[in-house]
Amino acid sequence: MPASRADKSRRRIAWLAIAAVATIPVVAAAVSPLQRGREFLWVIGGMAGVVALSLLFVQPLLTATAPVLMPAARGLRWHRWGGIAIVAAVALHIGALYAYSPEDVMDALLLVAPTPFSLYGVISLWCLVLTALLAATRRRLRLSHRNWRIAHSVLAVAIVSAGVVHAILIEGAMEEISKLMVCIAALAATTVGALEINVLGPLRRRRNLQRA
Amino acid sequence: MTVTIIHPNRRILLLGAASAGVVGLLPRHLATASAQTGVHAPTQTMPGGANNYMPGAPLVENLGTGFVASGIVRKAGSGEPLRNLRIQIWAATDRGGEREPSNRGSVMTDANGRYRLDISPIVPQFGQPHIHIAYDDPGFATLFLRPVLNSRHDKSMAVDFVLAPAAGNAGKSS
Repeated sequence: MPASRADKSRRRIAWLAIAAVATIPVVAAAVSPLQRGREFLWVIGGMAGVVALSLLFVQPLLTATAPVLMPAARGLRWHRWGGIAIVAAVALHIGALYAYSPEDVMDALLLVAPTPFSLYGVISLWCLVLTALLAATRRRLRLSHRNWRIAHSVLAVAIVSAGVVHAILIEGAMEEISKLMVCIAALAATTVGALEINVLGPLRRRRNLQRA
Repeated sequence: MTVTIIHPNRRILLLGAASAGVVGLLPRHLATASAQTGVHAPTQTMPGGANNYMPGAPLVENLGTGFVASGIVRKAGSGEPLRNLRIQIWAATDRGGEREPSNRGSVMTDANGRYRLDISPIVPQFGQPHIHIAYDDPGFATLFLRPVLNSRHDKSMAVDFVLAPAAGNAGKSS
Protein backbone atom coordinates (compact mmCIF):
# COMPACT_ATOMS: atom_id res chain seq x y z
CA MET A 1 0.00 0.00 0.00
CA PRO A 2 1.70 3.21 -1.14
CA ALA A 3 1.79 6.02 1.40
CA SER A 4 -0.40 9.04 0.70
CA ARG A 5 1.04 12.53 0.66
CA ALA A 6 -0.42 13.31 4.08
CA ASP A 7 1.19 10.15 5.42
CA LYS A 8 4.53 11.14 3.93
CA SER A 9 4.51 14.58 5.53
CA ARG A 10 3.49 13.05 8.85
CA ARG A 11 6.36 10.60 8.52
CA ARG A 12 8.77 13.42 7.80
CA ILE A 13 7.68 15.34 10.91
CA ALA A 14 8.01 12.20 13.03
CA TRP A 15 11.54 11.50 11.77
CA LEU A 16 12.53 15.14 12.31
CA ALA A 17 11.37 14.92 15.93
CA ILE A 18 13.26 11.63 16.35
CA ALA A 19 16.39 13.15 14.84
CA ALA A 20 16.14 16.13 17.20
CA VAL A 21 15.85 13.95 20.33
CA ALA A 22 18.81 11.87 19.10
CA THR A 23 21.16 14.67 18.01
CA ILE A 24 20.60 17.40 20.64
CA PRO A 25 22.32 15.41 23.45
CA VAL A 26 25.27 14.62 21.16
CA VAL A 27 25.75 18.27 20.19
CA ALA A 28 25.26 19.44 23.80
CA ALA A 29 27.92 17.00 25.02
CA ALA A 30 30.31 17.98 22.24
CA VAL A 31 30.18 21.67 23.17
CA SER A 32 30.29 21.07 26.95
CA PRO A 33 32.83 23.19 28.84
CA LEU A 34 33.91 19.98 30.57
CA GLN A 35 35.54 18.83 27.31
CA ARG A 36 38.10 21.60 27.77
CA GLY A 37 41.49 20.27 28.73
CA ARG A 38 40.50 16.65 28.16
CA GLU A 39 42.85 14.47 26.16
CA PHE A 40 41.73 13.53 22.65
CA LEU A 41 41.19 9.83 23.43
CA TRP A 42 39.02 10.70 26.43
CA VAL A 43 36.86 13.04 24.35
CA ILE A 44 36.46 10.42 21.59
CA GLY A 45 35.70 7.64 24.08
CA GLY A 46 33.12 9.72 25.89
CA MET A 47 31.45 10.98 22.74
CA ALA A 48 31.23 7.45 21.30
CA GLY A 49 29.22 6.52 24.39
CA VAL A 50 26.86 9.46 23.86
CA VAL A 51 26.37 8.47 20.21
CA ALA A 52 25.66 4.85 21.26
CA LEU A 53 22.98 6.08 23.68
CA SER A 54 21.28 8.11 20.94
CA LEU A 55 21.45 5.15 18.55
CA LEU A 56 19.78 2.96 21.19
CA PHE A 57 16.82 5.32 21.11
CA VAL A 58 16.52 5.27 17.29
CA GLN A 59 17.16 1.53 16.88
CA PRO A 60 13.78 0.10 17.98
CA LEU A 61 11.91 2.75 15.97
CA LEU A 62 13.44 1.40 12.76
CA THR A 63 11.57 -1.89 12.95
CA ALA A 64 8.81 -1.71 15.53
CA THR A 65 7.12 1.27 13.86
CA ALA A 66 6.77 -0.43 10.47
CA PRO A 67 4.79 0.20 8.37
CA VAL A 68 3.79 3.54 9.94
CA LEU A 69 7.15 5.34 9.80
CA MET A 70 8.93 3.20 7.22
CA PRO A 71 8.25 0.23 4.93
CA ALA A 72 9.07 -2.97 6.82
CA ALA A 73 11.81 -4.23 4.47
CA ARG A 74 13.66 -0.92 4.44
CA GLY A 75 13.26 -0.59 8.21
CA LEU A 76 14.81 -4.00 8.76
CA ARG A 77 17.81 -3.06 6.59
CA TRP A 78 18.29 0.14 8.57
CA HIS A 79 17.84 -1.79 11.82
CA ARG A 80 20.69 -4.14 10.83
CA TRP A 81 22.98 -1.23 10.09
CA GLY A 82 21.83 0.40 13.32
CA GLY A 83 22.87 -2.70 15.24
CA ILE A 84 26.30 -2.68 13.60
CA ALA A 85 26.64 1.03 14.37
CA ILE A 86 25.74 0.49 18.05
CA VAL A 87 28.32 -2.30 18.38
CA ALA A 88 30.92 -0.10 16.66
CA ALA A 89 30.14 2.92 18.86
CA VAL A 90 30.33 0.86 22.06
CA ALA A 91 33.59 -0.76 20.88
CA LEU A 92 35.02 2.72 20.25
CA HIS A 93 33.67 3.94 23.62
CA ILE A 94 35.44 1.17 25.52
CA GLY A 95 38.48 0.99 23.25
CA ALA A 96 39.29 4.71 23.34
CA LEU A 97 38.69 4.96 27.09
CA TYR A 98 40.90 1.89 27.57
CA ALA A 99 43.65 3.48 25.49
CA TYR A 100 43.33 6.65 27.58
CA SER A 101 43.18 4.95 30.99
CA PRO A 102 43.66 1.16 30.98
CA GLU A 103 43.44 1.07 34.80
CA ASP A 104 39.98 2.60 34.97
CA VAL A 105 38.53 0.46 32.20
CA MET A 106 40.08 -2.80 33.43
CA ASP A 107 38.69 -2.08 36.91
CA ALA A 108 35.28 -1.56 35.35
CA LEU A 109 35.42 -4.75 33.27
CA LEU A 110 36.60 -6.74 36.30
CA LEU A 111 33.77 -5.22 38.38
CA VAL A 112 36.12 -3.66 40.93
CA ALA A 113 35.74 -0.06 39.81
CA PRO A 114 35.05 2.56 42.49
CA THR A 115 32.32 4.06 40.31
CA PRO A 116 28.81 2.59 40.73
CA PHE A 117 27.88 3.25 37.10
CA SER A 118 30.60 0.95 35.77
CA LEU A 119 28.65 -2.15 36.74
CA TYR A 120 25.63 -1.07 34.68
CA GLY A 121 27.86 -0.30 31.72
CA VAL A 122 29.36 -3.78 31.91
CA ILE A 123 25.92 -5.44 32.20
CA SER A 124 24.79 -3.53 29.14
CA LEU A 125 28.01 -4.45 27.32
CA TRP A 126 27.65 -8.20 27.84
CA CYS A 127 23.99 -8.16 26.81
CA LEU A 128 25.07 -6.32 23.66
CA VAL A 129 27.86 -8.83 22.96
CA LEU A 130 25.40 -11.71 23.40
CA THR A 131 22.92 -10.01 21.07
CA ALA A 132 25.57 -9.49 18.41
CA LEU A 133 26.68 -13.14 18.70
CA LEU A 134 23.09 -14.38 18.42
CA ALA A 135 22.39 -12.09 15.47
CA ALA A 136 25.48 -13.36 13.66
CA THR A 137 24.88 -17.06 14.36
CA ARG A 138 21.13 -17.45 14.62
CA ARG A 139 20.88 -19.31 11.31
CA ARG A 140 23.71 -21.64 12.25
CA LEU A 141 22.10 -22.17 15.66
CA ARG A 142 18.80 -22.90 13.86
CA LEU A 143 17.10 -20.38 16.11
CA SER A 144 13.46 -20.09 15.05
CA HIS A 145 12.33 -16.63 14.13
CA ARG A 146 10.00 -16.54 17.13
CA ASN A 147 12.70 -17.54 19.61
CA TRP A 148 15.14 -15.07 18.10
CA ARG A 149 12.52 -12.33 18.35
CA ILE A 150 11.86 -13.04 22.04
CA ALA A 151 15.55 -13.42 22.97
CA HIS A 152 16.46 -10.26 21.09
CA SER A 153 13.65 -8.28 22.73
CA VAL A 154 14.61 -9.39 26.25
CA LEU A 155 18.28 -8.59 25.64
CA ALA A 156 17.40 -5.25 24.02
CA VAL A 157 15.39 -4.18 27.07
CA ALA A 158 18.34 -5.20 29.28
CA ILE A 159 20.88 -3.36 27.11
CA VAL A 160 18.87 -0.15 27.13
CA SER A 161 17.87 -0.30 30.81
CA ALA A 162 21.41 -0.93 32.04
CA GLY A 163 22.82 1.53 29.51
CA VAL A 164 20.43 4.25 30.64
CA VAL A 165 21.27 3.74 34.33
CA HIS A 166 24.97 3.83 33.37
CA ALA A 167 24.46 7.13 31.53
CA ILE A 168 22.31 8.79 34.21
CA LEU A 169 24.73 7.97 37.03
CA ILE A 170 27.67 9.47 35.13
CA GLU A 171 28.57 13.07 35.86
CA GLY A 172 30.24 14.06 32.67
CA ALA A 173 30.03 16.12 29.52
CA MET A 174 26.38 15.33 28.72
CA GLU A 175 23.91 18.10 29.44
CA GLU A 176 21.48 16.89 32.13
CA ILE A 177 18.12 17.70 30.54
CA SER A 178 18.91 16.41 27.05
CA LYS A 179 20.49 13.32 28.65
CA LEU A 180 17.33 12.61 30.62
CA MET A 181 15.26 13.22 27.49
CA VAL A 182 17.12 10.74 25.32
CA CYS A 183 17.25 8.19 28.17
CA ILE A 184 13.49 8.30 28.72
CA ALA A 185 12.94 8.22 24.96
CA ALA A 186 15.19 5.17 24.60
CA LEU A 187 13.43 3.32 27.44
CA ALA A 188 10.00 4.16 26.03
CA ALA A 189 10.91 3.25 22.44
CA THR A 190 12.46 -0.05 23.51
CA THR A 191 9.61 -1.04 25.83
CA VAL A 192 6.86 -0.11 23.38
CA GLY A 193 8.84 -1.66 20.53
CA ALA A 194 9.26 -4.95 22.38
CA LEU A 195 5.56 -5.03 23.23
CA GLU A 196 4.56 -4.21 19.65
CA ILE A 197 6.83 -6.84 18.10
CA ASN A 198 6.03 -9.61 20.59
CA VAL A 199 2.48 -8.97 21.77
CA LEU A 200 0.45 -6.30 19.99
CA GLY A 201 1.50 -7.07 16.43
CA PRO A 202 0.89 -10.83 16.65
CA LEU A 203 -2.46 -10.21 18.40
CA ARG A 204 -3.58 -7.85 15.66
CA ARG A 205 -2.57 -10.29 12.97
CA ARG A 206 -4.42 -13.12 14.69
CA ARG A 207 -7.56 -10.98 14.94
CA ASN A 208 -7.35 -10.03 11.29
CA LEU A 209 -7.02 -13.71 10.37
CA GLN A 210 -10.09 -14.60 12.44
CA ARG A 211 -12.03 -11.85 10.76
CA ALA A 212 -10.98 -12.99 7.29
CA MET B 1 -3.09 -22.95 59.79
CA THR B 2 -0.68 -20.87 57.77
CA VAL B 3 -0.93 -17.15 57.43
CA THR B 4 0.57 -15.55 54.39
CA ILE B 5 2.00 -12.21 55.39
CA ILE B 6 2.90 -11.02 51.92
CA HIS B 7 0.73 -11.86 48.96
CA PRO B 8 3.10 -11.59 46.02
CA ASN B 9 0.69 -9.78 43.79
CA ARG B 10 1.60 -7.53 40.90
CA ARG B 11 1.76 -4.38 43.01
CA ILE B 12 4.14 -5.91 45.55
CA LEU B 13 6.37 -7.24 42.78
CA LEU B 14 6.44 -3.89 41.01
CA LEU B 15 7.13 -2.04 44.25
CA GLY B 16 9.89 -4.48 45.06
CA ALA B 17 11.46 -4.09 41.64
CA ALA B 18 11.15 -0.31 41.84
CA SER B 19 12.70 -0.12 45.29
CA ALA B 20 15.52 -2.42 44.24
CA GLY B 21 16.11 -0.09 41.33
CA VAL B 22 16.11 2.97 43.58
CA VAL B 23 18.63 1.33 45.89
CA GLY B 24 20.81 0.59 42.90
CA LEU B 25 20.54 4.22 41.85
CA LEU B 26 22.02 5.51 45.09
CA PRO B 27 25.37 6.55 43.71
CA ARG B 28 27.18 8.09 46.61
CA HIS B 29 28.82 5.79 49.05
CA LEU B 30 28.55 8.14 51.95
CA ALA B 31 31.55 6.73 53.75
CA THR B 32 34.25 9.31 54.20
CA ALA B 33 37.79 8.50 55.00
CA SER B 34 37.42 10.15 58.37
CA ALA B 35 38.57 8.36 61.45
CA GLN B 36 36.14 6.54 63.69
CA THR B 37 36.47 8.41 66.97
CA GLY B 38 38.09 6.66 69.90
CA VAL B 39 39.67 3.62 68.31
CA HIS B 40 41.52 5.29 65.42
CA ALA B 41 41.66 2.25 63.22
CA PRO B 42 43.87 2.81 60.18
CA THR B 43 42.08 4.16 57.10
CA GLN B 44 41.90 1.63 54.27
CA THR B 45 43.13 2.34 50.75
CA MET B 46 40.16 2.98 48.46
CA PRO B 47 39.53 1.14 45.17
CA GLY B 48 40.98 3.20 42.34
CA GLY B 49 42.81 5.38 44.84
CA ALA B 50 46.15 4.93 43.12
CA ASN B 51 44.84 5.71 39.62
CA ASN B 52 47.12 8.18 37.83
CA TYR B 53 49.50 8.32 40.81
CA MET B 54 52.99 9.64 40.10
CA PRO B 55 55.44 9.42 42.99
CA GLY B 56 57.41 12.42 44.11
CA ALA B 57 55.12 15.31 43.23
CA PRO B 58 56.80 18.62 44.16
CA LEU B 59 55.65 20.71 47.12
CA VAL B 60 53.28 23.41 45.87
CA GLU B 61 51.72 26.60 47.21
CA ASN B 62 48.43 25.74 45.52
CA LEU B 63 46.95 24.13 42.39
CA GLY B 64 44.78 27.11 41.57
CA THR B 65 41.88 28.35 43.70
CA GLY B 66 38.17 27.67 44.05
CA PHE B 67 38.27 24.38 45.93
CA VAL B 68 39.91 23.53 49.23
CA ALA B 69 41.01 20.05 50.24
CA SER B 70 41.97 19.77 53.90
CA GLY B 71 42.04 17.37 56.79
CA ILE B 72 43.87 16.00 59.81
CA VAL B 73 46.26 13.07 59.60
CA ARG B 74 46.44 10.85 62.68
CA LYS B 75 48.40 7.89 63.90
CA ALA B 76 46.58 4.58 64.22
CA GLY B 77 45.76 3.56 67.77
CA SER B 78 46.61 6.67 69.78
CA GLY B 79 45.10 9.05 67.23
CA GLU B 80 47.79 11.65 67.80
CA PRO B 81 48.09 14.19 64.96
CA LEU B 82 51.06 13.55 62.67
CA ARG B 83 53.09 16.64 61.85
CA ASN B 84 55.44 17.30 58.98
CA LEU B 85 54.22 14.48 56.75
CA ARG B 86 54.12 14.81 52.99
CA ILE B 87 50.66 14.36 51.47
CA GLN B 88 50.18 14.24 47.71
CA ILE B 89 46.94 15.42 46.13
CA TRP B 90 45.83 15.23 42.50
CA ALA B 91 42.52 15.87 40.74
CA ALA B 92 41.00 16.78 37.38
CA THR B 93 40.39 20.50 36.79
CA ASP B 94 39.55 22.55 33.72
CA ARG B 95 43.28 22.52 32.94
CA GLY B 96 43.01 18.83 32.13
CA GLY B 97 42.72 15.39 33.63
CA GLU B 98 44.53 13.87 36.59
CA ARG B 99 47.74 13.42 34.60
CA GLU B 100 48.12 17.11 33.89
CA PRO B 101 51.25 18.07 35.91
CA SER B 102 49.67 21.32 37.12
CA ASN B 103 46.88 19.26 38.74
CA ARG B 104 49.26 17.45 41.08
CA GLY B 105 51.18 18.60 44.13
CA SER B 106 52.36 17.78 47.63
CA VAL B 107 51.79 19.61 50.92
CA MET B 108 53.14 19.07 54.43
CA THR B 109 51.02 18.62 57.55
CA ASP B 110 51.43 21.37 60.16
CA ALA B 111 52.08 21.07 63.89
CA ASN B 112 48.46 19.99 64.46
CA GLY B 113 48.60 17.28 61.80
CA ARG B 114 46.52 19.41 59.47
CA TYR B 115 47.04 19.69 55.72
CA ARG B 116 45.35 22.10 53.35
CA LEU B 117 45.58 22.71 49.61
CA ASP B 118 43.76 25.14 47.33
CA ILE B 119 42.87 23.63 43.94
CA SER B 120 40.98 24.94 40.92
CA PRO B 121 37.32 23.83 40.86
CA ILE B 122 37.17 20.05 40.49
CA VAL B 123 35.71 18.62 37.30
CA PRO B 124 34.55 15.00 37.09
CA GLN B 125 37.24 12.60 35.95
CA PHE B 126 35.77 9.52 34.30
CA GLY B 127 32.23 10.28 35.34
CA GLN B 128 32.65 11.11 39.00
CA PRO B 129 33.91 14.31 40.65
CA HIS B 130 36.61 13.15 43.05
CA ILE B 131 40.08 13.90 44.30
CA HIS B 132 43.01 11.64 45.10
CA ILE B 133 45.08 11.81 48.27
CA ALA B 134 48.19 9.73 48.84
CA TYR B 135 50.68 9.11 51.61
CA ASP B 136 53.64 7.24 50.16
CA ASP B 137 56.69 7.75 52.38
CA PRO B 138 58.61 5.25 54.53
CA GLY B 139 57.30 6.45 57.91
CA PHE B 140 53.89 4.76 57.74
CA ALA B 141 51.96 2.33 55.55
CA THR B 142 51.21 3.62 52.07
CA LEU B 143 47.67 4.91 51.66
CA PHE B 144 45.72 5.92 48.54
CA LEU B 145 42.36 7.65 48.92
CA ARG B 146 39.77 8.57 46.31
CA PRO B 147 37.04 10.54 48.12
CA VAL B 148 34.06 11.53 45.97
CA LEU B 149 32.51 15.00 46.13
CA ASN B 150 28.80 15.18 46.85
CA SER B 151 28.53 17.59 43.94
CA ARG B 152 31.03 18.95 41.49
CA HIS B 153 29.96 22.41 42.62
CA ASP B 154 31.26 21.79 46.15
CA LYS B 155 33.82 24.35 47.26
CA SER B 156 35.65 22.22 49.78
CA MET B 157 36.16 18.78 51.16
CA ALA B 158 37.52 17.66 54.52
CA VAL B 159 39.28 14.31 54.46
CA ASP B 160 40.78 13.13 57.75
CA PHE B 161 42.64 9.87 57.76
CA VAL B 162 44.60 7.54 60.00
CA LEU B 163 47.95 6.04 59.03
CA ALA B 164 48.97 2.53 60.02
CA PRO B 165 52.51 1.70 61.15
CA ALA B 166 54.86 0.92 58.29
CA ALA B 167 54.82 -2.85 58.16
CA GLY B 168 55.42 -4.44 54.80
CA ASN B 169 55.04 -1.25 52.85
CA ALA B 170 54.03 -2.53 49.46
CA GLY B 171 53.99 0.82 47.74
CA LYS B 172 51.66 1.11 44.81
CA SER B 173 50.01 -2.23 44.18
CA SER B 174 48.71 -2.68 40.66
